Amino acid sequence: MSFLNRKSVISRRKPLAAAAVIALGLIITGGSYAAATTAAKATASTAYTQAQVDEGRKLFLANCATCHGSNGQGTKNAPTLIGVGAAAVDFQVSSGRMPAQASGPQIAAKDPAEFTDSQIAAMAAYVATLGPGPSVPTADMVSANGDATRGGELFRTNCAMCHNAAGAGGALTQGKYAPALTQTSQTEMYEAMQTGPQNMPVFNDANLTPKDKKDIITYLVYLQQHPSPAGLDLENLGPVAEGLFVWIFVLGGIIAITVWLGAKSN
Amino acid sequence: MASKQESQGGEHEYSAGLAVVSADKIADPGLEPHRVRMTDKSEKHEKRAASQVAGWFLISIAGSISAIVFYFLFPINADLNTVRTNTFFFGVSAALGMLAIGFGAVHWAKTLMPDAEVAEARHQTRGSEEVRARAIEIVNLANQESGFSRRKLIRRSLYGALALFPLPGLVLFKDLTTNNNPSGTLRHTMWARGVRLVTDPLGTPIKAADVTLGSVFHVIPEGLNELPEDQKLEQKAKAAVLLVRLDESEIKSEKEKAWGHQGIVAYSKICTHVGCPVALYEQHTHHLLCPCHQSTFDITDDCKVIFGPASHALPQLQISVDNQGYLVANHDFFEPVGPSFWERSVNE
Repeated sequence: MSFLNRKSVISRRKPLAAAAVIALGLIITGGSYAAATTAAKATASTAYTQAQVDEGRKLFLANCATCHGSNGQGTKNAPTLIGVGAAAVDFQVSSGRMPAQASGPQIAAKDPAEFTDSQIAAMAAYVATLGPGPSVPTADMVSANGDATRGGELFRTNCAMCHNAAGAGGALTQGKYAPALTQTSQTEMYEAMQTGPQNMPVFNDANLTPKDKKDIITYLVYLQQHPSPAGLDLENLGPVAEGLFVWIFVLGGIIAITVWLGAKSN
Repeated sequence: MASKQESQGGEHEYSAGLAVVSADKIADPGLEPHRVRMTDKSEKHEKRAASQVAGWFLISIAGSISAIVFYFLFPINADLNTVRTNTFFFGVSAALGMLAIGFGAVHWAKTLMPDAEVAEARHQTRGSEEVRARAIEIVNLANQESGFSRRKLIRRSLYGALALFPLPGLVLFKDLTTNNNPSGTLRHTMWARGVRLVTDPLGTPIKAADVTLGSVFHVIPEGLNELPEDQKLEQKAKAAVLLVRLDESEIKSEKEKAWGHQGIVAYSKICTHVGCPVALYEQHTHHLLCPCHQSTFDITDDCKVIFGPASHALPQLQISVDNQGYLVANHDFFEPVGPSFWERSVNE
């Protein structure tokens, strides 16, 4: 009763008090929710400074704008970069695919990349400001401590048809190809799945969750660290290439021995 | 040489039968003249060949011993890479241990053992008169003792039995007729009205909003993972589907647009050529490539064949969204998926 009394007293004294309490409550819950979500987002992305963005814009104008447009809006020669996110920039530039050496069916990776890590981060920072997109994965997201068996199963369903079950790569239509994954870094694997570079489809987090991606990376790292136990793997190109090797070299060797067996001594 | 000449004449003269006897038969050229080897002419060469043979045998000994040494030098432990080192060194050495014996033996025979050419005549294939007479005697005796000529009932019933026994084998060819073919099974898949599209292999249902532009989902019908193992593969081989989202303005076929959901379209993954999974999707050219024989389908134009040996377009799965936002099938495929078969007709 006393509680009710007191409440009624307050509302009588200050008619706006209830509204003020509700407003305060809303601000606290809404504010903390916003803070919590931005905090969650911040952990998933690298925080970029304004200086990086400015430097990135300069590098972008000097190296990328000819094809991608001065505001990254894209031209008839190259797609828009609005919304591709920092992950796409990091993948394309650190693997040496961008800036492209020549136009063709597919832009090849080149080693070494043309920019330093800090320059790549600056360009990624600038492109990330153009529109919301995937950020560069953290070291934990790409670490190879997932489930390699599950990753192998996911890889064989989603990736192996182009990249080969052992990650050896393969041919696509009209001169395009899926590159081998035997040298690919873990961050590049994650970014490729997340951003879908060139003709590779996108595997967003609803399709392959971050855990799924981690398992796939674990599988690929396992393959990279465990070469074929039985000896030469002949690049893992599959039965046609292996058959051809046997027909030419093994059968050739057998024929050579047969000829020698039948030849008379000099 | 002399014995070879003898075999030409012989005691018997045979008719040539139906064989064509050429008037200008090529004369038997006889043996090539004997060529003396270097090892027969020069002692230096002979000694060298002898040491080469011994060398092969020594290589074999070295190979066998090193195979044993390598086995203990590179033991296999929990690290799979050790299998590679172990099998490589052990295998190469053990192979050398066996192969070098063979090479040495052949080299020995070819260079040092006598190499004079020798011809041996074949024995006559015709038996002697006594043997032939005895054979006829045995046949006659068998006929007499068994009564084969005398017992007509037995003989005729045996002929009847021999005439009929191949018939069951002929009846088996009935299986090739159309009454007993699997086309009914090929016509239907697990897809039906309201069956959810779920990801392969995990079985997660797919929300329409999750299928962003440029992404590709490998899809199986909900419930497939719960089937018993033997049915699962069979059903998966028919029901596997590829799901992509296209910009609606890029879709050329009105039917494709209508059967999809806001640009999300689902096509059978089973190639219409010989049934490989067509899953190599290029997100900008919208080519769908089959890895087996390079059949290429245009996913913006009803998956029509634009290259390769496939004969017809991939069947499209009609999809929509259920009240919870998940993608579901509206119907089974309207035509059989996969390669053509005799009884396949789209109009049925």
